[in-house]
Amino acid sequence: MAIRRILIANRGEIAARIIRTCRALDIESVLAVSVADRDSEPARQADRVVCIGPARATDSYLNAPAIVHAAAATGADAIHPGYGFLSERAVLPQLCAAAGIVFIGPTADQLAAIGDKLRARAEAEAAGIPVVPGGAANSPAEAEVLARKIAVPLLIKAVSGGGGRGLKLVERLKDLPAFLDLAAAEAGAAFGDARIYLERFIDRARHVEVQILGDGAGGVIQLGERDCSVQRRYQKLIEEAPAPGLSAALRNSLLQAAVRFAQRLSFRGAGTVEFIVDAQRGSFYFLEMNARIQVEHPVTEAVTGTDLIGEQIAIADGCGLRLQQAEVRIMGCAIECRVNAEDYRNGFKPSPGRVRDVTWPSAPGIRVDSHVVPGSSIPPFYDSLMGKIIASGPDRAAALARLRGAIAVTRIGGVKSNLGFHGAALDDPEFQTGGVDTGFVDRLYARRPDLSDLGETGAAHG
Amino acid sequence: MTLTAADVAEIMRVIEQSTFDELTLELDGVKLTLRRAGTPGGFVQNVTTPSDRLDSADADAGAARSGEAAAHPGARGTVPAAQTAAPAAQTAARARDSAPADANLSDITSPMLGTFYRAPKPGSAPFVEIGSVVDVDSVIAIIEVMKLMNTVRAGVRGVITEILPADEALVEFGDVLMRARRDI
Repeated sequence: MAIRRILIANRGEIAARIIRTCRALDIESVLAVSVADRDSEPARQADRVVCIGPARATDSYLNAPAIVHAAAATGADAIHPGYGFLSERAVLPQLCAAAGIVFIGPTADQLAAIGDKLRARAEAEAAGIPVVPGGAANSPAEAEVLARKIAVPLLIKAVSGGGGRGLKLVERLKDLPAFLDLAAAEAGAAFGDARIYLERFIDRARHVEVQILGDGAGGVIQLGERDCSVQRRYQKLIEEAPAPGLSAALRNSLLQAAVRFAQRLSFRGAGTVEFIVDAQRGSFYFLEMNARIQVEHPVTEAVTGTDLIGEQIAIADGCGLRLQQAEVRIMGCAIECRVNAEDYRNGFKPSPGRVRDVTWPSAPGIRVDSHVVPGSSIPPFYDSLMGKIIASGPDRAAALARLRGAIAVTRIGGVKSNLGFHGAALDDPEFQTGGVDTGFVDRLYARRPDLSDLGETGAAHG
Repeated sequence: MTLTAADVAEIMRVIEQSTFDELTLELDGVKLTLRRAGTPGGFVQNVTTPSDRLDSADADAGAARSGEAAAHPGARGTVPAAQTAAPAAQTAARARDSAPADANLSDITSPMLGTFYRAPKPGSAPFVEIGSVVDVDSVIAIIEVMKLMNTVRAGVRGVITEILPADEALVEFGDVLMRARRDI
């Protein structure tokens, strides 16, 4: 390998995760941190740490010139962007190219194509993949006509948005004009692009996504699908692979659609093609593509035995795809819980602070990806993810049993966590049956009034 | 007509915003020479007005000391050899950890990550030397980020007592670049 030193332009559990693969590959790691993360666990694990800016992400983790300068000045050959922050911004590969540094990810053109959700829709249609009824709304009149055609409820989405950000649900047609203005203003402020589009709102569908790897020259393989239907307000909480209860025909259609989409773009690196799936009707729609490693990638690693970060590095290093499609086998099942510092009894309100003590589980079939150790700070500036607990087993029942045991022995003190939510979700008969849709969390809260505790907002927590 | 301190300050503002590097003004026996930071000696050091003698005396002493340092670049023996050889990360950590011992000393920290340059261009004199008198707005260094040159200002009025990073070193956000004894 030509890549000997990687600068990691991220923080938290994914920074620790990338450092782990670097160690395994004998690659040196340089971690770019903000002031708030100088004393973080990943900063202790990295071979070298450089402070790129103050806590505010716009001045540090979103500061592309500082990150590329830090990489060049520390002799890094490549930058790994992780997820979030700059991972899907074309500016990072552009600056990397100017500095002679390898960007571990897609090309700037691919990021631009995928980041424009209308363009991605058009690419999906051209690849013969069904898209959710909808389209561009360049004027209020055009939006009105389109809205009547696709019918309410509908979603107004930001063309440069994604991942559930910048969405507006319209339930009555007469609300459309006001929501259009609001959505455009919000999109302009959040993404620097006020363009919006409309899509039919599909309630109670499942969210299934396909992991792909592309060599950048048209070669694409898929590593199976993940079911991410356990969501609250588009934030995923529990993910699993494979997706339970899909017919062989539907699964195959999804996998093939994802490969066709990535092939059309000659996609380079690791990516995920997301779909909305109606398992009963056997139908699915293209939702969007994520051109980066995903938070939930470990469930795919668990069932395929691959190191996706390692494959990302290999592709960036010009090694192409080291795995043939026929070599990809899905073995058993894996389920992941995202452990967040948030108060699940009180609207999932973030609970930043200092972790006093933490006990992560350790048992056969259990993997923990985390950067949180006793004394770790959960800064208020970033997301609240403290770690992920992944259980795998020969089948779903075995993985689920291991995960329930693991959640039960996990202890986090000092900040509130959503461990109690996970315990309840995994105990729920509907989840145990498998194949839940995105309405699951609401139904769980309706069944379990003990999960809401709105009267005790100030309650202390152990 | 005589020059007041306010007049000088106004002239300094004007030249700073202009493209000129130097201004010489002779009025009623007062000779005022202003040079933009980067040309030998910071312009603060060369201001000589009747109302500003005390400062200028200090400044002259500072200029003399900096001239000495420039004449013997190898004699900057205050930086231990081990530190120069150590990885920049360690140097940076040291710079952050060692707080100024004197309550009148101020840390001038780096506002960004980048390459630290003491002079406006290779071969020219540094913006400041140990002993230079700086004002809040005085440019003390340049930090280059991806070919973009950013000027760093002192942010404090006083005398430079310490310059920590080597020229062209990578400095991180928050690293102590220099220390200055505040002018009270």
